[in-house]
Amino acid sequence: MAEPYAESPLATYTDVLERSSVRGQLRIAEEPFLAQVTVRVDPKSPAAERVGTALGGMLPNQSGEVVLAGDLTVLWLGPDEWLVVGPEGRDRDVQERVTAALDGEHGAVVDVSANRTVLSVTGPRARDLLNKGCALDLHPRAFESNRCAQTMLARAGVILVRRDAEAPSFWLLVRSSFARYLADWLVDAAEEYRSGGGEP
Amino acid sequence: MMLIPCPWCGPRNEIEFHYGGQADVRCPADPQAVSDEDWATFLFFRDNPKGVFTERWSHVAGCRRWFTVRRDTDSNRVLPSEGTQQARTVTT
Ligand SMILES: [Zn+2]
Repeated sequence: MAEPYAESPLATYTDVLERSSVRGQLRIAEEPFLAQVTVRVDPKSPAAERVGTALGGMLPNQSGEVVLAGDLTVLWLGPDEWLVVGPEGRDRDVQERVTAALDGEHGAVVDVSANRTVLSVTGPRARDLLNKGCALDLHPRAFESNRCAQTMLARAGVILVRRDAEAPSFWLLVRSSFARYLADWLVDAAEEYRSGGGEP
Repeated sequence: MMLIPCPWCGPRNEIEFHYGGQADVRCPADPQAVSDEDWATFLFFRDNPKGVFTERWSHVAGCRRWFTVRRDTDSNRVLPSEGTQQARTVTT
């Protein structure tokens, strides 16, 4: 019997993205196969509290808030909707823990890992690059570290997460079917930084 | 281009939204009991004022919630609405 295997939407783009990166300025790369689980539950219910405890951090209740809980990142997607992102392979564990925490109360837990892939855009030019196709103000004063937003980037729907561990760093969560389009757009938008300068 | 204030996400670009038309259109309690004319009025006829209009919007590219906005159709200015709190009521 054939072994099941996974191929990321940007499997053939690794080199293309690598070539469009500019040392010390900009790095674009796919982070494939991250575990993603959608959670929906009434935020004021005891079940929501139990879910928070099970994940190791309370579910964020502010628009665009991100909660880090160990190796899990919990994104606010709506007043009663969250996306739990974790390392590859954690999806089943997260799903089981959250389902157990719901304990039959009204809610939803869905593994959506294959729905989107993640592009990371890192470096001092990252904000410049994204703002070519995104109307949100991405300056750290307006869009701080550990914030997320669902918006349009170059006409593609994305979840944008600011991570900023060391350098300015963003995650773009994009639907698999839009991934190559968005990667092409990013490569094209990054062209000016590659051909030296960027400043007039 | 309009900035539309989502009660959850704050002001966002018009392209992130879907328009839902006139707000507070009530479905007749007993559809069997109304005349064809009243039913047609409910289904097809909407106000079209030049001025303040109360309308539904959905933040489709963002939090995907429906909410109500009062907009001046002449100037496209969005007016503060008393319904903000109500618009934020969570429905699961
Ligand atoms: Zn919104």
